[in-house]
Amino acid sequence: MTSQRHTFWFPALLALSLAAALTFLTVPVAAIFLDSSPSALIDSLGEPGALDALWLSLRTTAISIAIILCVGTPAAYLLATRSFPGKALVVTLVELPLVLPPAVAGIALLAAVGPAGILGGAIEGAGIELALTTAGVVVALTFVASPFYVRQAMAAFAAVDRTLLDASRTLGASEARGFVRVMIPSALPGLAAGTALALVRALGEFGATLMFAGSFQGITQTVPLAIYDRFSTQFDSALALSAVLVAVSAAILLSVKLVVGSEALGGAAR
Amino acid sequence: MRRALLALGLVAALAGGCGGDDDDTGGASAGGKPQLVVSAASSMTEALTACSKSYPDAELKLQFAGSDELAAQIRQGVKPDVFAAANTRLPDELHSEGLLSKPVVFATNEFVLAVPDDSDITGLDDLEATGVKIAIGSESVPIGEYTRESLARLSPAQEKAILANVRSNEPDVKGIVGKLTQGAADAGFVYVTDVNATDGALKAIELPAELEPNATYGAGVVEGAKEPKPAQAFVDGLVDGECADALKAAGFGAPPG
Repeated sequence: MTSQRHTFWFPALLALSLAAALTFLTVPVAAIFLDSSPSALIDSLGEPGALDALWLSLRTTAISIAIILCVGTPAAYLLATRSFPGKALVVTLVELPLVLPPAVAGIALLAAVGPAGILGGAIEGAGIELALTTAGVVVALTFVASPFYVRQAMAAFAAVDRTLLDASRTLGASEARGFVRVMIPSALPGLAAGTALALVRALGEFGATLMFAGSFQGITQTVPLAIYDRFSTQFDSALALSAVLVAVSAAILLSVKLVVGSEALGGAAR
Repeated sequence: MRRALLALGLVAALAGGCGGDDDDTGGASAGGKPQLVVSAASSMTEALTACSKSYPDAELKLQFAGSDELAAQIRQGVKPDVFAAANTRLPDELHSEGLLSKPVVFATNEFVLAVPDDSDITGLDDLEATGVKIAIGSESVPIGEYTRESLARLSPAQEKAILANVRSNEPDVKGIVGKLTQGAADAGFVYVTDVNATDGALKAIELPAELEPNATYGAGVVEGAKEPKPAQAFVDGLVDGECADALKAAGFGAPPG
């Protein structure tokens, strides 16, 4: 009974912490929309450079998400359903780009697949050009965004009730069939959540793109790079592009929460 | 065991994170020397870093970026003590907006064509060939302005051919140098001091005198600086002082006149 009296401060502390976090996290984002009039925002979006950046971001993100889904889904399935020696190491390696600073990702890509990198000669020999090209942007986006998807997909596959898969196998279905017919539909909310996270991360990619792919309007200058390029001389235009990026990212996160349930986005914590 | 370790780590993080005071207090440091925050153009990275180590009168906190970005920060209310730019236009503008003291012109730099050491490119004519990849500064940064100013003095056809080969508009000179040393670009326009700083990885190709833009550096004390007096002393010392010697050693020229 006595302990009951002392517990009021704890909920108060929780509420206060949330209020502080919310203020700190939302004020800068809100300022993007408040620091400029809506008409100025729309005007500066009409500028060709801004449209080029939006279109390029859309294209490169779509391609990199397609690659991530095609390769990441089976890979995540394997990691979620098999155990083998060194699995913890493999999972860590796959997740590592998640925690790499963008500049490190840029340097790593240059050192690996840049013209002077360890695989640069082979890539050049195959007639492929990555540095300073749109393909290079896709490589950078895929590198930084894929762990977000693979991690989430692994958790989603691991959470599927294995008796479903076993049942389909006892009925004579091959594993491949079970993967497509049972595992993917069952894991779909988690896969969608992972796709959303990777999508948002790819849209926001900056450092690795700048270092590896450079910055050129219509070729490699994605929205974040266009924002950086405009920040010193065309602040309004930088704000307008930032507003679009924030709105799109928020819409993606929110729609996944609404469609597949908020627990899917928290799945990585399991 | 694993749980205990996790708990220990969390407690340590909480204690560190919520523990309050940062030790980065700014202003006067322990030794009694004032602390000066210097925002300087990327092209001065090596020179100012060299002289900062033994700078007698203040502890220098240097930050380098494109001059335009540093100026934009100051316009957004960021207050370093000193702003040193790779042109005189930005300091003059900030001065007329009441954000910077009267700028001091302290150095010049030579604008060059830079190529990797083993490159076959010998001059501007080689830049017109298809397939040559060129990295230049973006329009807003001084090196990018100088580049466009210089190329505009060529014949319109040659200017167009060279600009058509531009593959990246970099936010500062270090970005251009990085693209060249990594082989991502074949040629770029930078300052001779940037080429000197690569220790032979790049070589500089001088441009005809009539194409040379007037790359003149200006600096001033930011209005509202925490340490205005040592800041002014630092700015004056860029003309004749320890940092002036370091600039000269890096290949900068003396201010005109």
